[in-house]
Amino acid sequence: MSEIKSQEEQKVIFEKIRKDILRPVMSISYGYKLWVGILLTIIAVAVWAYYYQLRDGLMVTAMRDYVSWGMYIATFVFFVATALVGMLISAVVGLLGKKWIIPISRIAEMIALAFVMMAGIIIVVDMGRPDRLLNVFIHGRFQSPIFWDITVVTTYVTISMLLLFLPLLPDLGIMRNHLKKDIPAWQWNIYNILSLGWVGTPNQYKILHRTIRVLLVLIIPVALAIHTVTSWLSAATLRAGWDSTIFGPYYVSGAFVAGSGAVLIAMYFIRKAYKLEEYITDESFNMMGKLLVLVSLVYLYFNLNEFLVPGYKMKTADAVHLHTLFVGKYAFMFWATQIGGLFLPIFLSLFRKMRKPFPMMLIGIAVVLGAWFKRFIIIIPTLIHAHLPIQNVPQEFHEYNPTGIEITITIGVIAISVLIFTILVKLFPVIPIWETAHEKGVDIEKNL
Amino acid sequence: MSQNITPEVTSRRNFLKKFGITVGAAGAVTSLGLLSACVNDDDEMVSLLTTDGQTVQVKKSQLKVNLVEMQERGREGIPGKKYVMVIDLAKCLNARLCMAACQGAHHLKPEQHHINVLQMQNAEGTGFYYQPKPCMHCDNPPCTKVCPVDATFKRQDGIVLIDNERCIGCRFCIAACPYSARVFNWSEPKYVEGDENRVYDIELNVPQKKGTISKCLFSADQLRVGKLPYCVSACPNGTYWFGDANEDAVTNGTSKETVRLSTLLHENAAYTLMPELGTKPRVYYLPPKDRLFDYQNTEKNYLGEEEHGHHA
Repeated sequence: MSEIKSQEEQKVIFEKIRKDILRPVMSISYGYKLWVGILLTIIAVAVWAYYYQLRDGLMVTAMRDYVSWGMYIATFVFFVATALVGMLISAVVGLLGKKWIIPISRIAEMIALAFVMMAGIIIVVDMGRPDRLLNVFIHGRFQSPIFWDITVVTTYVTISMLLLFLPLLPDLGIMRNHLKKDIPAWQWNIYNILSLGWVGTPNQYKILHRTIRVLLVLIIPVALAIHTVTSWLSAATLRAGWDSTIFGPYYVSGAFVAGSGAVLIAMYFIRKAYKLEEYITDESFNMMGKLLVLVSLVYLYFNLNEFLVPGYKMKTADAVHLHTLFVGKYAFMFWATQIGGLFLPIFLSLFRKMRKPFPMMLIGIAVVLGAWFKRFIIIIPTLIHAHLPIQNVPQEFHEYNPTGIEITITIGVIAISVLIFTILVKLFPVIPIWETAHEKGVDIEKNL
Repeated sequence: MSQNITPEVTSRRNFLKKFGITVGAAGAVTSLGLLSACVNDDDEMVSLLTTDGQTVQVKKSQLKVNLVEMQERGREGIPGKKYVMVIDLAKCLNARLCMAACQGAHHLKPEQHHINVLQMQNAEGTGFYYQPKPCMHCDNPPCTKVCPVDATFKRQDGIVLIDNERCIGCRFCIAACPYSARVFNWSEPKYVEGDENRVYDIELNVPQKKGTISKCLFSADQLRVGKLPYCVSACPNGTYWFGDANEDAVTNGTSKETVRLSTLLHENAAYTLMPELGTKPRVYYLPPKDRLFDYQNTEKNYLGEEEHGHHA
C-alpha cells in the first residue's frame, strides 16, 4: 500500500484490475478450445493404451524383473517434484514478505495441485493390480515408505487445495457480485456456492489472513516430507545409485528447480494469452530468474556431492553405476540433463538480459525437460545393474527401452495434469484480484 | 530325513485342534497338494492318504478347501522350526534340475526363476564356479520391510512368503531385494491344467496371478508334509543341504545323508552372500574349492558383465 488514495481513485484502480483479471474468465477463445481439444485427444489415446495395459498386464511396458520401475515412477517423482513449487513460492518466499510473488503465487498453487493429483494417478497406473488399491488402506503397514508417501501426498493435496481455495474467497465474492450478467448461470452458481457467502468484512479478512498464514507455515514441513519420503522410496533400498544419505535434500532441491521452470513456462503463456503484461511484469520474470539461479545452485551443490563423492571412491557397484552415467549407455542423457537442464540455465540466468519473459520461458522449458530426464536417470540406470549377475533371462531383461504404450500413457497422464491446470486458470482468476488491488493502494475491505 | 524334518505330526495335531475334524481332513488333502476342485455336494466317500501315511474315508462334500484357513496356516508357518539351506558350491555342475523342478512345481515361465544358477567369478583371474541362488530368506529381509500391504512377510519358521491374493503389484520388494530373488507376473502367468479351479495355496504360490510377485518359498508346501524342497530333491550332485537350525541338522537332497549343521558350516568355513548388507541370510554357501568340473571361461567378468567391455 503506497500513499493514501481518494475513494474515486481507488474505485478506478479496482475496476481496472477487476476487469483485466476477470476478462479471461468471461470468454473462451478459439485458441483455448483448440488447446483443450489437443489435450483431450492425447488423453483419449492414452486411455486406449491403458486399456491394453489392463488387459495384457504390465508386459506391454518395457519393465521386466530387473528394471522393474520405469517411466511411470520417474514421472511420479517428476510430478511430486514440480508440485513442490507451490510451497516454495507461496510459503517460503511469501512468508519472507516478498511482494513480487503476489501475481504468480496462484499460478504456482495451481501447478502444485494439478501435478500432485496426477502423482497419485500415475502410481496407480504403475501398479500390477490397480483393482487392489484399497488393500493399501485395508492392510496398510506403517513401516513401508509407500504408506508414508500416501499419507503425506494426501495431506499435501489437502493443504494445497486449501491454499488455493482460501485466498480465492475474496475473489469469488467479487466474481459473484460483478459477473452475474456476464457469464452462464452454471458458472455463476459455482462462484456463488464456492464464495461461501463472503462479504469481505474486516473480521472475515482477519480470519482469512490468519488461516492462510497457518497453512503457509504448515505446508513447509508437509512439502519437505512428501519429497523426502519420495526420495526414500529409492534411498531405503540397498542399490548403488540409490543407497545415498543425501537423497532427501537432493530431491527437494531438485524439486525447486523443476517447479521454478514450470512456473516460468506457465507465467509466460498465461501472460501472453490473457494479456496480463501489466500484472505479470518483466520484473516478475526477472525475480523468478533470480530465484531459479538460487535454487539451481543449491541443486548443483547436491549434484556435486551425489556424483563426485562416490566417483572419487569408485566402490565396485558405484563404479559400475557411475560408469553407465558418465561414459556408458546413459551418458548422453546424463550430460544433457546436467548441462542443458542445470548448468546452462544457471549460467544464462545470471545475465540480466536473459531474465526477460521469452528467454526465461525457453530456459523454463529446458529446466522442466531436464528435470523429467533427470528423474529417468535417477530411476532406471540404478536398476539395470543388480548386485549379482543377471543371467538366464531374455535380452530384454538386461535393458529398458520404453514401449509406445508406456510412453503414450505417460504423456497422457502429463496431459491430464496440464488439462487440470488449464481448466483452473480458466475458471478462476489466475492473479489474486484482492491482493493486487491491496498492493496498489485500494482499501479492499470497502471496495467489493 | 524324517528325523530332522517332522512338521507333520505336530502341525496336523494343532490343525485338528484348531479347526475340527472336517477341516482337518481337508487339511490333510491340502497337505498332500491335491488341491484340485472337489466340491460336489453328493455324499460319496473318497479315500484319502493323510500326512502320516494312513488311509481315511471322507465324505466328498467335506472336502471344501478353504482359502481363509489356507492363508492363516500359511502366514503362521510351522511352529518350532527354523529352516536353513546350505549350498555346496564345489558340487554344483550346472545341471539345472533344481531350476526345472522349481519352475514345474510353481508353474513358472522359462524366464522366471525362483532359483537361478549363476556363473560366478569372485575377482579377475580367479576360477569360475556355478552358484545356485534361491531366495536367501533373510532374517532381516529388506523386501518385507517395504511392502505396503503385508503381502510379503516372514514366518516364524524363517521362510519369507508372498501372498498373491493380497499383492498390489507395486514391485517395491523387487527394488529392495539385493539378491534379485523376486520375479513378477508381467503378463498372464503360465497356467497348467486344473489351475482355474484350484484354490490358491500360499505355500506353493499356485496358481500364479497376473500383476503379482512370485518368489522362492523354500517349498513351504513340501516342508509341511515333511519333504525336502523341490530344488533340493531334484539335485543329482549333492549340492544342497536342507534342514532345521533348531535341530542343528541338515539333510543332503541327493544322498539323504543327515549331518550336523554347525559342524558342516564350521568345517567348510561357510559364508553368506553379501553379509555387509546386514540382511542375515538363511542360505549358507560352502566355498567352491575342489570343484567337480573344469574351469570354464564364459567371458563374463566377476560382475556378470562381458569381459571385453570397458570395465576392468
